[in-house]
Amino acid sequence: MQITKRERSDPKFWVGQVLRFAFLIIHLVVTVFPFYWMLNTSLKGSQAEIYAFPVIYWPENPTFQNYLNIAVKGNFIRFFTNSFTYAGIASLIGVIISVMSAYVLSRMRFKGRNWLLMLFLGTQMLPGVCGFAIKYQMMSKMHLINTVPGILLLYTSGVIPYSVVTLRSFFDGVPASLEEAALIDGCNRPQTMIKISVPLMLPGIASVLIFDFVNTWNDFGTANLFLDSTKKKTIAVALYSLIKSYDIAWGELMAGTIIAILPTMILFSLLRKYMVAGLVNGAVKG
Amino acid sequence: MRRVDPTIEDISKKGRRRDAVFITLMVLPAVILVIWQMYYPVIAGLRLAFTNYNIQNINRVRYVGFKNFIDLFKPGPFNDFYRTMWNSLVFVLGALIPQLIIGFALALMLNRAFRGRSIYQGVAFAPWAVSGFVIGIMWRWMFNGMGGVINDLLVKAGILKEPFGWLSSSSTALFCVIVAMVWYGIPFFTIMITAALQSVPQELYEAAEMDGAGRIAKFKAVTLPHIKSVIILTTLLRVIWIFTGSDTIISMTGGGPAGSTQILTSKIYYQLMDGSYGKASATSIVCTLIMVLYTLFYLKITKFAEDD
Repeated sequence: MQITKRERSDPKFWVGQVLRFAFLIIHLVVTVFPFYWMLNTSLKGSQAEIYAFPVIYWPENPTFQNYLNIAVKGNFIRFFTNSFTYAGIASLIGVIISVMSAYVLSRMRFKGRNWLLMLFLGTQMLPGVCGFAIKYQMMSKMHLINTVPGILLLYTSGVIPYSVVTLRSFFDGVPASLEEAALIDGCNRPQTMIKISVPLMLPGIASVLIFDFVNTWNDFGTANLFLDSTKKKTIAVALYSLIKSYDIAWGELMAGTIIAILPTMILFSLLRKYMVAGLVNGAVKG
Repeated sequence: MRRVDPTIEDISKKGRRRDAVFITLMVLPAVILVIWQMYYPVIAGLRLAFTNYNIQNINRVRYVGFKNFIDLFKPGPFNDFYRTMWNSLVFVLGALIPQLIIGFALALMLNRAFRGRSIYQGVAFAPWAVSGFVIGIMWRWMFNGMGGVINDLLVKAGILKEPFGWLSSSSTALFCVIVAMVWYGIPFFTIMITAALQSVPQELYEAAEMDGAGRIAKFKAVTLPHIKSVIILTTLLRVIWIFTGSDTIISMTGGGPAGSTQILTSKIYYQLMDGSYGKASATSIVCTLIMVLYTLFYLKITKFAEDD
């Protein structure tokens, strides 16, 4: 941190710095506390320890029993795999479809281009839950309720609007001169796109892919309505059936919750810059 | 479709037609999926709202006129619509304002580099990677009447004498959900405003300093005008996300106790889970109308913010 001479001799500056770091530290504690509390509860072995009052701030004998129970008996290994598969496949297909549209919207000028953009932007304003009633009818007519293709269809179309809008703004930031050179040299549009543009745009595409994966992974509402079979359900729906019971087993529930946030937390800590860029681009420049 | 590409001399008819085919093929999959899966359901929901469609009487579906709407609006002891609307307003404003203020303050404090800032940001932004559904579970346990850590902290601080069932009392439950929502939403504003602050040209600060401007004067004259439009846009967008963030309510309180935390979007979700698709469609239409009105307002403000 660079401190100017003028600041060094100013007592008001130092008061400000103390207040600033006090705020930052308090905020950090408040942010971390719920995560710590989840972990603490998940490591407690007995109900007595979990419900003790005054509460116990660190288990006397930390145990992974809750994790073992929820993963094996609770079938969370399967639900985790389900969520991972659905989110992975849907965001991959969704991003491929979105790259195609975003490329055209960014690189070519044609009639109706603004209308198309509005079509994608407009979905931001339609609460997903408002279309669910008809969607349920549509899906059941096509026999897609409780099926993997059904959930993939819902998830894939779910990620498209955000991806198109964000990818377009990323593509706008990549100079088109190389592509134009290739076009003049006689490459056709599809060749130029695949061989020249897409590799240049890879960082942007990666950040949108991660963002879509996290969003799909974090879904609860869609999966709970359209996919409730015991074998195919996602991790969020599995958590929901745990909290619906009269007597909630908080230790196992917290272990399950930690398993559920693990992938997104890992992605977030490794690729924070990309995810932040994705968020900022989608919301502001869209 | 006519192509007007100023950089490439390609005006042959054949080339133009080839481009039109290319454009159509490229946008078609996304357009079809979005219209079919997002616009059509909302529009077709209009028809469903006038039927008694229910998962239990699937063979006896008939048109019932405005019955679903009358049931929705008619005041009565069992009608929770007006309460739900009021809750939605309290929920959105109650969650929005603190997260905007704290998020803004945090962004300002993080704008100046210090050792460990990157790690700090990584940790401070973490809630944003968690789903709204899981946030609800985390806070449900912390607010729990039995073994809840918040009670313990309040008792230790001398604020409470004995543990209190925060989520089982209809006068405090909504407040608790709002607390969880604020905790969840702070990183969003911090991320957005941090990005905006970084785009303020450094020379402007230097010029203001030359003119003898103090910290507050610099903030008013340079920072605020530059980030104003971002703040307006993200706030308006955030309102939608809070309004549609029913996952947290579903996992934290289930809309209860006695409907005290039910908002419009969570109400629709519960109607859907009950299988009352006709009723859910009627409520959805009201919800969509609110969103359309809000969007018009949003677009007007956005234009205003951009023109400025």
